[in-house]
Amino acid sequence: MPSPIVSEPGEGVRAPLRPNGVCDREGSSVRRNQAITVSVATAALLLSACGGTGNGTGNEILVSAASSLTEAFTEMETAFESANPGFDVVLNIGGSSALREQILAGAPADVFASANTSNMDLVVSAGDVGGEPLIFARNRLEIAVPIGNPGSVTALADFARDELLIGLCAESVPCGEYGQRALHNADVAASVDTEEPNVRALLTKIEVGELDAGIVYETDVASTDGVDGVEIPYGDNVHADYPIAVLAETPNADGAAAFVAFVLSPEGRAILADHGFVLP
Amino acid sequence: MTKRMDSSDRRKRRPPVVLVVLAALGLFVFVIPLLGLLARTPWRDLPTLLASDVVVDALRVSLIASLGATAISAILGVPLAWVLARVEFRGRSIVRGLVVLPLVLPPVVGGAALLFALGRRGLIGEPLNQATGLVFPFSIWGVIIAATFVAMPFLVITVEGGLRNLDARYEGAAATLGAGRWTVLRRVTLPMIGPSLAAGLALTWARALGEFGATVTFAGNLQGRTQTLPLAVFVALESDRGAAVALSLIMVVISLTVLIALRQRWWGTL
Repeated sequence: MPSPIVSEPGEGVRAPLRPNGVCDREGSSVRRNQAITVSVATAALLLSACGGTGNGTGNEILVSAASSLTEAFTEMETAFESANPGFDVVLNIGGSSALREQILAGAPADVFASANTSNMDLVVSAGDVGGEPLIFARNRLEIAVPIGNPGSVTALADFARDELLIGLCAESVPCGEYGQRALHNADVAASVDTEEPNVRALLTKIEVGELDAGIVYETDVASTDGVDGVEIPYGDNVHADYPIAVLAETPNADGAAAFVAFVLSPEGRAILADHGFVLP
Repeated sequence: MTKRMDSSDRRKRRPPVVLVVLAALGLFVFVIPLLGLLARTPWRDLPTLLASDVVVDALRVSLIASLGATAISAILGVPLAWVLARVEFRGRSIVRGLVVLPLVLPPVVGGAALLFALGRRGLIGEPLNQATGLVFPFSIWGVIIAATFVAMPFLVITVEGGLRNLDARYEGAAATLGAGRWTVLRRVTLPMIGPSLAAGLALTWARALGEFGATVTFAGNLQGRTQTLPLAVFVALESDRGAAVALSLIMVVISLTVLIALRQRWWGTL
């Protein structure tokens, strides 16, 4: 289930956003985070007064990342922290549109990684991004079917078969928008039975066999043993661009830039490739 | 004795300040979100939004599903309440626990459980599908079943409470006067538990109308077929906030109107 929209004013209080329990590693309270923010800010002030640029310990980087990045970014976090012991990456995973709403509403975050460019563009045009967003990964769509393919689905054209139970993502999330575009490319009028609120909910209903087919990302099919994949031909397929950017209001610009640089580094790219992403 | 009555009377007239302040804060918890909703309402676009396809479809699905769930709850829930209130049997407390379980269970868990039981590949759903071709998920029946699952407990516990408070001697008297069991039920029992039944039906309907988690998990989300008002709000929040607010406002107005009207009509004594 995607996260509820958090609309706290960004007053420097770095309230932990953890809708999916992804960042539940330690029971850090708002008060503690606030204390950390204050001490980090104080340390930064003192250091800058001395002409230093270093970061203190307990330096937190809050990364808002799209649900389809869940596994890749969890691994990214571990790798980044062991390469940069001074930093603490906290992941806030959710649907790209929900994350966008959080950022626009002023929720604190240092880095935004979206599953499409349109959500990033909205954040950019609101003036919430520092610097230019960079495309760090690409994803393609794939048809997911239950193991054994009981509906004998071989192409997008099968989505028009009325007797099959077909699922898509809701059009408000990127995978739904892409899925509709792929169906349009293939000139298929799909007989859709459900529009799931996010790609993982759709994947689950296919895994348990309640749906005969659905359009998900290639990385989603790769993430589970519970579904089979049916390729969508290159001409009909849609290529999802994943942009990443440091947010303008970040109190931790150095840390945020370091994390983005790590995602774009050979090590970061290797992690993304491992999880089935296509590299730009 | 008289003196004590007096002092309690005076206390009724002047409630302790602390209590009033806390009560006001308690009320604020309910009122503040409503104010937030009203503040974000696009009043000028409201008529257009209310007439849009998404809103009209969701309203229709929600009314059909919530009324259907209330009807099923009445047909199955009243007998269940009667058995729980009037029949002594082993394991009654376990049955009562099972009945109220949906009240505390997260609806998403209920929806997943329904999927595993009544889904096309479910425990009962699969043989049922092979025998009859029926598929509950992704249909209006799935929405009704999900709403019944989460809402029927309200009817059962309210009616059971009413039956327990009912003096069984009225029924006994009717029986000794020659009324058959059906006549007693129809002419004595049901009229006497009328207020509890009405309250139970209202709560059941209100809960069914607001149902989200079990519905989206078990019945999916498709405009015009399974997308209820809460589902439409959830989807619209990320794409069209004006529509989301309009949909929310409809739910608030409908629920509040019905609950206030029923309270005055039937709950005056409760």
